[in-house]
Amino acid sequence: MSFFTSANLDIAREIVSRYPVPRSALIPLLHLAQEQHGWVTDDAMREIADLCGITPAEVKGTGSFYEMFKFGPVGSYLINVCTNISCMLLGGEELLDHAQQRLGVKTGGTTDDGMFTLEDVECVAACTEAPCLQVNYRYRLRVTNNDFDEMIDDIRAGRVDDLPQHGTLARIRQRIPTDKLAGVVHPDDAREAPVWLARNAAEDSVVG
Amino acid sequence: MATNGYVAHAPGYVDNEGPKIVSERFGYADSFTLARFEATGGYEGLRAALARRPADVHDEVRSATVLGRGGAGFPAGVKWGFLPPGKFPYYLVVNGDESEPGTYKDRLLMERDPHQLIEGCLITCYALGLTQCFLYVRGEMALAQERIATALNEAYDAGYVGRNILDTDFSVDIVLTWGAGAYIVGEETALIESLEGNRGMPRLKPPYFPAAIGLYGQPTIVNNVETLANLGWLLVNGAEQYKSYGSEASPGTRLFAVSGHVRRPGVYEVEHGVTTFRELIYGDNFCQGIREGHELKMFIPGGGSAPWFFEEHLDLPLEAGPVGAAGSMLGSGAIVVMDDTTDAVKATLRVVRFFARESCGKCTPCREGTTWEERILQRILDGEGRHSDIDMLLDIGDNISPGPYPVAANPHEGLEAVPFPPKQTTICPLGPSSVAPIVSTIRRFRHEYEAKITRRDSIPVRAQGVFVTECSSD
Repeated sequence: MSFFTSANLDIAREIVSRYPVPRSALIPLLHLAQEQHGWVTDDAMREIADLCGITPAEVKGTGSFYEMFKFGPVGSYLINVCTNISCMLLGGEELLDHAQQRLGVKTGGTTDDGMFTLEDVECVAACTEAPCLQVNYRYRLRVTNNDFDEMIDDIRAGRVDDLPQHGTLARIRQRIPTDKLAGVVHPDDAREAPVWLARNAAEDSVVG
Repeated sequence: MATNGYVAHAPGYVDNEGPKIVSERFGYADSFTLARFEATGGYEGLRAALARRPADVHDEVRSATVLGRGGAGFPAGVKWGFLPPGKFPYYLVVNGDESEPGTYKDRLLMERDPHQLIEGCLITCYALGLTQCFLYVRGEMALAQERIATALNEAYDAGYVGRNILDTDFSVDIVLTWGAGAYIVGEETALIESLEGNRGMPRLKPPYFPAAIGLYGQPTIVNNVETLANLGWLLVNGAEQYKSYGSEASPGTRLFAVSGHVRRPGVYEVEHGVTTFRELIYGDNFCQGIREGHELKMFIPGGGSAPWFFEEHLDLPLEAGPVGAAGSMLGSGAIVVMDDTTDAVKATLRVVRFFARESCGKCTPCREGTTWEERILQRILDGEGRHSDIDMLLDIGDNISPGPYPVAANPHEGLEAVPFPPKQTTICPLGPSSVAPIVSTIRRFRHEYEAKITRRDSIPVRAQGVFVTECSSD
C-alpha cells in the first residue's frame, strides 16, 4: 500500500533526483503529499521518509516547524487573513472579526461542512493593497466585509473558477529535460573547478 | 485572467518618472514571458558576461557596489569575494522568502519578470564558478512559483539554462523550490537549513557568511532576489552607468514599498540614496501625502525590524548611512506610514506579536522574551497593565539586546539618537528586532502607555503568604 499515486510517485522521485542530498526534497515532498490529500497523513510521512532516506519522526520533526503543513483535516478552502502592521492599519483585524462571524468559527477553526478553514496570517507581501487575504494562497486585495461575503457566497455556490483545492500551490511544475540537465552536484564528487573557470584560469596562466 | 476577484497579476507597482533598472518591463502585460524578455534586451546581460572572463564579471559587480537588497545592505561583490578559493563545489541559493512586515518587492520581481531574476542567477554562477543554483521562493507565493517554473521551462528549452549554456562550456542547473511558512527562513543560514530538509533555525556564528560554510558544508552564496535582478542590466550597461544613478555610497536604484495611511500606497523604483522620505511620502510623483484630513504620526523606515521614525526624519535620504546614524535602518525597502489615528501601543503590539509568533525557539532570550513582550503589551492594551510594565518591557528588551538600543532622537525631551545596529544575545537578529517598536514608542509616546495603565503596581496576594510581595497603595 503506497500513499502516493503512481503519477505522483514519479514526480516525487524526480524531485529527489534534483538534489545532491535526498533529504533536501523533504519540504517539496510534503507539499506534494498535501496537494494529493489536502493534508499530510502518517502514511504520507512514512513514504516520504523512505524516499528521503530518513525516519518518519524526522519528517514530522521538520514538517511541524512550518505552518503551511497541516497534520489533520482542514477545509477545502483555507482563508488566510493578514493582520500584520500594514493591513492592521487599514482594517485587517476588523476584517478577521467579520470573517469569524460570517463563517461562525474562531481563527484556526473549520466550518461544519468542511468547506472553510479560517486563519490569520503574517505579512504576505501585498502591503500596498491592504487589507488583503489569501484563499488557498491566491490573493484578494483591499477586501471589504462585503467583498468577503460575496467571496464566500461564490465559493459555496461553486463559482470558484481556477481556485484549486487546498494543498495545490504552483500548478505548473518545473521540468528539466534529460539532455539539458547540467548535473546534480554532490558535495563529495565535485572537488574540481568547473570547466569554464578552469579554462579561464589556464588561459590566464598562458597569457601571464 | 482575474476572475471572481482573485488577482492574476500583482498590482501595487506605480510607474513614476525616473530611471528604471529592475522594473523596466513591469508595464507590459506579458512581462513574464520569454518572448517579451527577449524583445526587450533580455539575456543580453548573460551574453555580455559569457563574452568576458569570470573574474572580470565579478570585478564589474564589485566596482558597481551593488548593495544587497535583502535587509543587511552588504555589497554583493564583497560577499562574493568571501568564497574560499578551490573548495569546490560552490552553490548559489536565491533568497525569495520575502516576509518582512511591510516588504513587497521581491514578489513583484518574481511574478512580473522571472527571466530577469534567472539571468541574474546565471551571471552570478558564471562569475564565481557556482555549479548548482537553488531558487527558494516563499511557500505562500503560488503565482510566483508558477511564473518561475514556466520561465525556467522556457529558459531550459531555449538553451539559457542547463548544460552548455548558449553553446559554451558554462553549465548550471537552476532548481526551483519553495518554503512552507516560516519568516525566520529569510535568515540565510536558516534558509540553508530549510534547504537541507531541516527545521528552519539559524546556525551558530561564526562563520558569519555561508560563503565559508553553507549548503551541505560547502561554500554558498546567498543573495536576495532584487540584488540578482540588477545584474543583467549591469552587465549590459556597465558599472559606470549604474553608478550614475543614486548616491556614491548607494549607487543604482531601489524598489521601495510604501504602505499604510498614504493617499497612494505603492511600490516605487527610485534612485538609491538620493530621494528623501519626504519626497517619497509626500511627492506628487509618489505617495501624495497622508490620507485626507490627517497628519503623520510616525513611520517605519525599513520593515518590521526597524526602529521607528517621526516628522523630523522626513528629510533624510533613503540611504543606509544617514538612516543608521539617526537610529534606524533602511532594511528591506519597506516604509509603513502611520497617521494620527494610530494607537502607538496597539501598533507596537502588532509588530511584537509577529516576532513572538515567528521566533524559531532556538535562543532563550528571543523565545521567552518575545512572548513576554507580547503578553505585557496585550495586558496594557486590555487595561490590565501595571506601572512597572513599562520598565519591564525595556528590561526584557535589554536581555535580548543589551546596552543602549538603536532609537531615534527625541528632540522634545533632549534625547540623542542611538545609532544602528543593536547588540544581541541571540544567534540572529529576530529577537533584537522585536525590541525596535517597543523602544521607539516608549521613548516617544510614554504618555500613551501611562494613560492605559490604571492598575496598581503589583497584584495583591491574598493566599497563604508564601509568595506575598509588596503591595503598593495607589
